[in-house]
Amino acid sequence: MNYLVIVIGAILVNNIVLMQFLGICPFLGVSKRLSTAIGMAGAVAFVMVLATIVTYLIQVYILDAFGLAFLQTIAFILVIASLVQLVEIILKKVSPALYQALGIFLPLITTNCAILGVAILTIQKEFNLVEGVIYAVANAIGFGLALLLFAGIREHMDLQDVPKGLKGTPIALITAGILAMAFMGFSGLV
Amino acid sequence: MNQWKNFSKGFIKENPVFVLLLGMCPTLGVTSSAINGLGMGLATTFVLLMSNIVVSLIKSQIPDKVRIPSFIVIIASFVTVVQLVMQAYMPSLFKSLGLFIPLIVVNCIVLGRAEAFASKNNLVTSAVDGLGIGLGFTFALVLLGGIRELLGSGKLFDITIYSENYVTLLFVLAPGAFIVLGYLIAIINRIKKD
Repeated sequence: MNYLVIVIGAILVNNIVLMQFLGICPFLGVSKRLSTAIGMAGAVAFVMVLATIVTYLIQVYILDAFGLAFLQTIAFILVIASLVQLVEIILKKVSPALYQALGIFLPLITTNCAILGVAILTIQKEFNLVEGVIYAVANAIGFGLALLLFAGIREHMDLQDVPKGLKGTPIALITAGILAMAFMGFSGLV
Repeated sequence: MNQWKNFSKGFIKENPVFVLLLGMCPTLGVTSSAINGLGMGLATTFVLLMSNIVVSLIKSQIPDKVRIPSFIVIIASFVTVVQLVMQAYMPSLFKSLGLFIPLIVVNCIVLGRAEAFASKNNLVTSAVDGLGIGLGFTFALVLLGGIRELLGSGKLFDITIYSENYVTLLFVLAPGAFIVLGYLIAIINRIKKD
């Protein structure tokens, strides 16, 4: 039951993009085409879950164990940056097809605040490892859901007659606002 | 380029938020009030200024291949400084900015300036650039936060301007952030064209 609350909370009620404002850069940047959005969502899901597991272990067994909690920010960002590099190298060797699909998005993920954000939130919410993994998976799904919905809307938007001054980023942001309004309907669900 | 131009470009012409569209997460996330916007903007300005100074000082010592990780470590160190100082002396602001303080590390503006500007320019120019871009970011955040606070809670910098009976709560909530920023960018685009 507890796990279900985490999942629904992360995907719908506190959607990481539309309610918590994490990962806005890829949300706006790669949402012009549905196919690239799917690639980005996949890459983020992969790295988010992996990074949460690794940073959790580092927090518990290194930072907390030696009283180095103040190094959290530096340690986490270094771990995430090297993890992304590692994933890139391994994917290239093991699964060239997957690398082709996710490859160009991987370097961008280092500076995706959703990854670091979820890693820090998992520690702040004092989850155990299983809850942390579930939280990361749910947030990855939430990110993918928001990104795909938004990309779908933006593909349609191309065909519409948008007022000249609002073309491009302004209308994208206003669309995101309306999407966020729709997600507000879920508040109070858990 | 003279220093004044270098400094003032961050406000409108190369404003990180309105024109370059960088650092959107803190921009949208913390601007439910003007005070929060100001706090976040100044914290980012400090990190930007210090990281630009340090990067421009040691740029010749950093091997080219590991420059990005080195920049990230420099930035993360200053973010930790901000985090600890704020926690000690401004606990209420620290609480309301929350997660977005450690997330300054992954703010694309900071890394972007280190890579695109400070690693190629001398100390003074880099420091002026960091200060200008940082204050431009602060300006954008205060503007956005001020508009949202005024429309959403009838206050400005916590001073009541009009009665709460007439406010539109939506503007301090998540959707309001997207919508206000969307219209602000449209207005700035218009100003830039003239």
